[in-house]
Amino acid sequence: MAYSDKVIEHYQNPHNVGSFGSSKEVQARKDIGVGIVGAPECGDVMQLHIQVSDAGVIQDAKFKCFGCGSAIASSSLATEWIKGKTVDQALAIKNTEIVEELSLPPVKIHCSVLAEDSIRAAIEDWKKKNGHATAVDTHAAHAR
Amino acid sequence: MNKTRPLYLDNAATTRCDPRVVEVMLPYLTEAYGNSGSRNHAFGWEAEEAVEKARDQAAALIGANAKEIIFTSGATESNNLAIKGAAHMYAKAPEGQTGRGHIITALHEHKAVLDPCKRLQKEGFDVTYLQPPADGVITVDMVAKEIRPDTILVSIMWANNEIGTINEVPAIGKLCHDKEIIFHSDGTQWVGKMPTDVERDNIDLLSWSGHKMYGPKGVGALYVRRRKPRVRLEAIVDGGGQERGMRSGTLNISGIAGFGKACELCQHEMQSEGERLLKFRNRLETELAKAIEVTQVNGNASKRVPNITNISFGFVEGESLLMGIKDIACSSGSACTSASLEPSYVLKSLGVGDELAHSSLRLSMSRWTTDKEIDYTIASITKAVLHLRKMSPLYDLYKEGVDISKIQWQTH
Repeated sequence: MAYSDKVIEHYQNPHNVGSFGSSKEVQARKDIGVGIVGAPECGDVMQLHIQVSDAGVIQDAKFKCFGCGSAIASSSLATEWIKGKTVDQALAIKNTEIVEELSLPPVKIHCSVLAEDSIRAAIEDWKKKNGHATAVDTHAAHAR
Repeated sequence: MNKTRPLYLDNAATTRCDPRVVEVMLPYLTEAYGNSGSRNHAFGWEAEEAVEKARDQAAALIGANAKEIIFTSGATESNNLAIKGAAHMYAKAPEGQTGRGHIITALHEHKAVLDPCKRLQKEGFDVTYLQPPADGVITVDMVAKEIRPDTILVSIMWANNEIGTINEVPAIGKLCHDKEIIFHSDGTQWVGKMPTDVERDNIDLLSWSGHKMYGPKGVGALYVRRRKPRVRLEAIVDGGGQERGMRSGTLNISGIAGFGKACELCQHEMQSEGERLLKFRNRLETELAKAIEVTQVNGNASKRVPNITNISFGFVEGESLLMGIKDIACSSGSACTSASLEPSYVLKSLGVGDELAHSSLRLSMSRWTTDKEIDYTIASITKAVLHLRKMSPLYDLYKEGVDISKIQWQTH
């Protein structure tokens, strides 16, 4: 399969790789939201850590990804896009925008869905920790 | 190293055609273009001579008589002809009925064996698919347990195409002969690489392909035993009655001439080549295991052909690993490299676990593989795995001491 130049660039030089600490450490921090989506047996696991200000602005984001090049590129791009955005703005990001930006072929659309899911899961986690109202069903809110 | 093209370690998929083979083929495309079926002129005789020479060469490679060699388009056709042809010939009930006979094969066989078996199931035959053990080796005992009074055919490959493991073929053949059951083996990854003797090894039907052994694509052979027992097959392709009526169609003279030459070369070179490839394989496996923690060689450690290794690198997904070593042509058991999004059914059947199946690479070497290429491959894979582990959340969890298999993943 031929990859777009953007996917290759993200694969070789991924943006914002890392975490804000071990799973126990980030669990204890109220300013950090953690999203882990996917499963090893499906060949994709994305982990997104976001650091959010009291005002609800995503100040920093870090990702880790077990997955194909498109999954790595999707999560790398997602961290770029959400940095500096409010959580509401970040929730408005659609997987189709990621597909477009990275020119993902149809067989790789699930990678972009996973990236969108990881953003939602991380924000959800941050909201829960901070006593904000959370969406009843994050999945119902967006069309696949 | 060639800068423009990747180095090639996908020889279990196909090999380069040996230049000595090409040389033999060329005249049959240009001057000697006759049809071996033309018995009344020199063009036909020339072609027939080429075919009979190739038949001798193919027979010599496997210890058969030349009359027992049927030329086909490749191992897929040979497998189809052997399995469907034998099932139809030895069926215990006519078409349209059930209980037409029992066939034994294994779950990690090539699709060119599994799919003909599935078709036969629809036609009223029963098929038992043996579950391979974790080391991938099908033993004679596993086959013996499944034999029934109505078993007509056993089809067990000699060496597996994804992991290179060697099944207990001579013993399974002996069992089948004792029980008067036809025994077929898909020898695609075996013949030409390892010593083969259809008499000693108790084979009734043996498939193999030219392009896996430095011959041309589009040509293969099926060995069909002529005595003790005489095996008969119902043809799939009907027509001019070529190849003793078992495979009609004008023969692919240049391809067959090349196939014969490839067989001859393999017969002479397999021993020294095998020793060299085994050293390469061992070096790949030991040095990668030394450089990278949590690696696993899939399949039995010793019962494997020397040219194939299949290694899982934990916490790293196969397709992304291929991207990291894009100047090395090889394959992965990862879902993403197949159209189905399913990881390798071969590794799954061994119980390797989907996660490690996603993390696997198959490296397969050839006559032309060099020491330098092995060095380069070890260095490239190590670099790519370490790059990917830096971004692997699973590697972090492993380092934290978390058992990944115990986590409740949010599957989607």
